[in-house]
Amino acid sequence: MKKKIDFVLNGEKISMEIDPLKRLLDVLREDCSLTSVKEGCGEGECGACSVLLDGEIVNSCLIPVGTVEGAAVETVEGIRESENGKRIIDAFAEEGAVQCGFCTPGMMVGAEWILRKYENPTSDEIRTALSGNLCRCTGYDMIISAVEAAAKGGRK
Amino acid sequence: MNNISTPVRRLDAVEKTAGYTKYIADRDFGDLLYGKFLRSERPRARLVSVRKPALPDGYYIIDKDDIPGENAIHMLGADWPVFADDEVRFIGQSIALVVGPDRKVLEELVNQFEVRYEDLPAVLSLEDSMALKGGALHNDDNCYADYHLLKGDPDRAFEEADHIYEHTYETGPQEHVYMETQGFVGVWEDGKVHLHGSLQCPFYVRHAVTPVLGVKDDGVRVTQAPTGGAFGGKEHYPDIISTALAVAVDKLKKSIGIFYERGEDIVNSVKRHPSRITIKTALDKEGNITAMDFDSILDGGAFESCSCIVLQRTIFHATGVYDIPSTKLRGRALATNHIPFDAFRGFGAPQAIFALETHMDHLAEMAGVDPVAYKERYFMKKGSVTITNGKIHEEVKLPEILARAKEMSDYDRKAKEYGKGGNRGIGLSFFNHGGAFTGNGEKAIINAHVKVRKRADDVVEIYVSNVEMGQGLMTTFSKIAAQTLEIPIEKIEFIQPDTDIVPDSGPTVASRSIVIVGTLVGKASAKLKKQWVDGEEITVWQEYEEPDFVIPWNQDTFQGDAYPSYSWGVNVVEVEYDPVTFEVSIVGLWNVYDVGVPIDRMIVEGQIEGGLVQSLGWAYLEKMEFKEGRIQQRTMADYVIPTTLDVPAIENDFILNPYPEGAFGAKGAGEIVHNGGAPAFVSAVEMASGKRFDTIPLTPERIMEAGR
Ligand code: FES
Ligand code: FES
Repeated sequence: MKKKIDFVLNGEKISMEIDPLKRLLDVLREDCSLTSVKEGCGEGECGACSVLLDGEIVNSCLIPVGTVEGAAVETVEGIRESENGKRIIDAFAEEGAVQCGFCTPGMMVGAEWILRKYENPTSDEIRTALSGNLCRCTGYDMIISAVEAAAKGGRK
Repeated sequence: MNNISTPVRRLDAVEKTAGYTKYIADRDFGDLLYGKFLRSERPRARLVSVRKPALPDGYYIIDKDDIPGENAIHMLGADWPVFADDEVRFIGQSIALVVGPDRKVLEELVNQFEVRYEDLPAVLSLEDSMALKGGALHNDDNCYADYHLLKGDPDRAFEEADHIYEHTYETGPQEHVYMETQGFVGVWEDGKVHLHGSLQCPFYVRHAVTPVLGVKDDGVRVTQAPTGGAFGGKEHYPDIISTALAVAVDKLKKSIGIFYERGEDIVNSVKRHPSRITIKTALDKEGNITAMDFDSILDGGAFESCSCIVLQRTIFHATGVYDIPSTKLRGRALATNHIPFDAFRGFGAPQAIFALETHMDHLAEMAGVDPVAYKERYFMKKGSVTITNGKIHEEVKLPEILARAKEMSDYDRKAKEYGKGGNRGIGLSFFNHGGAFTGNGEKAIINAHVKVRKRADDVVEIYVSNVEMGQGLMTTFSKIAAQTLEIPIEKIEFIQPDTDIVPDSGPTVASRSIVIVGTLVGKASAKLKKQWVDGEEITVWQEYEEPDFVIPWNQDTFQGDAYPSYSWGVNVVEVEYDPVTFEVSIVGLWNVYDVGVPIDRMIVEGQIEGGLVQSLGWAYLEKMEFKEGRIQQRTMADYVIPTTLDVPAIENDFILNPYPEGAFGAKGAGEIVHNGGAPAFVSAVEMASGKRFDTIPLTPERIMEAGR
């Protein structure tokens, strides 16, 4: 059963005829070709599918697309060209925060959320904010440093 | 770039962070069908009949009758069939593959099969296996391997001992939880099957698939896709998926993808071997260790896979960093009806080091000595005889490593201040890891080749079969070539591993990539530098050469140098313990390593931190249990890995000890990082709680139940 859904995706209004129960994750990946959004678990445990929904960080694997009617959805594709986005990418590369990279776009969405919320986030605040984003490669420390560095606008 | 250790930006960092990197499930293969496995529901049974469901148009069932070649997956042995024939040996074993366009429909079809089993007595424990319950699963003794080692005169030492201490240590299975689940796509192209996958060893996949299709080596093509973590879980397990997939692609001549969901991956992919290691130690009147006797048992699971090789690493690391005058060892990998256990970072060494370090801690406690001071007395030195009667050829810098670790962590003060049972504890582990394949394997089995090609535009391409899977190989290899050629790293191009394009430089395993293949890349680059002419195309090959100092290895008797060189390390873990809830939190982590010379400090620190946190997860969070052969933890909510809140900031340092045979003095660093976290953690909790432990994962329930 398809339904018409309108929402704002990375700043652009879009409208689609779609099964409202389809996971936002699948809509983004399959219907919008936004493959920065990854599926790590499909059950809200890993954060690889993180996106911003009206500015809040959510797991897109848990969200039926029908519920985003009228909302603003942001993915890495919409963040990477912005000032913040560039700073985050730069800091991640500089601080060694990236290994296999599979968790990284989700981490980047988390970092963007942190940068918008805190002017000067402490490492505890960063750890708490990213506690829903799992990484099996890094042990997290370099990711935390990268977000701190991005918030400070350069290498710490 | 003058110093090779000075960090450079990883070549893949920006692309990955910004979401441009296309992992296998992100790529567009056009019209893609999907494959879903029908799997065994029984741990051990005769397969009486399989009734297939009626298929809608465009759906297919692939099973053993579709295999053009052998129904056997060639790894080391070939006992694991592509599709079960007349019996099943573990819950999750592939019986058939259903193929079609809609994944939901595939799921329904899988549920519509009617499989009739005749249950056989299942082997659900090491005891069952030793008792040959239901008849042997493997040979006539259920041993995939039964090895013996002898050094010195342990029998005499035990006879003359003043005191003997014996204890058994156990470790649980560990799931890799690479963040990207297993995934493969097979396409029919140029008259053959072309497989793209998330994998560590393209030539292993080819080796597994060709006999199944009954084709020659070049009758299958395997290309590695960007790989979202592996840790050993994509060493052999991809053979299981790709063989079945290749049969389907070969038959249907269509493009087919198999992508595991997380639950499917947790329950059906291979795990780290559970272990049970008994150590018996002989002490003389003065309390000196005169001999040790080991009985090391791994649960190998339902098929052999690479259990024998994992066990070899377990037993060759039995005495860790210590020179024990006399040793005796029996090592076995036993067949059970559990899921097959396989490669996982550390490859059997973490189990050995956990048992040994914990045992040494207990000996120290009985002697009333600080464990670090106790262990120091037995440090190996240059010239020490190893457990295989080989030799340590390098300077052992453990004293320097220890001094630096103590300085960073303030170990001495804390150990004294905290005392036993004061709810705060600090633990320190010592460990090593032999670089590359065991014994003469690098020459006799692999004999790696690499190719370096300068294009007419003076860009230099690296052709190897070792893959980037997060460990930074693409960057470190490029760095070695750039530094050797004295050209900017931007002038290097790392060619995506593909069996039709790159030479076989061996698998991406065994901490061999840098020390063996990286070294070959360095040598090839040096040759190229000599021949360099601007604007001309030049290709250079390099083959592996065995170092000439080694004591020759005998693969039948396991005598000689098991490894030409070792990396060495110390982990320090500080914890706080809540005696009411039995919860432990980690408050400090410090690591010091000798990995020769790190090719890029930041990349190696990334290995150190990631490996440590994995090891800590194994030590206290990652519980996986079998009930009647069935894995109980079926989601990431049940199988919990560390989050940002479980670990504090981590501090690392290196003691340089250039290895003359390694590129720029490098030794292996990918796996040693998993060896020491668990024993250091357990040691810290012993101090904090005043209790003694012998089993991981050390969950609050285990702490509660443990006696003093
Ligand atoms: S895929 Fe959504 S939280 Fe893991
Ligand atoms: S970099 Fe691999 S999971 Fe985070």
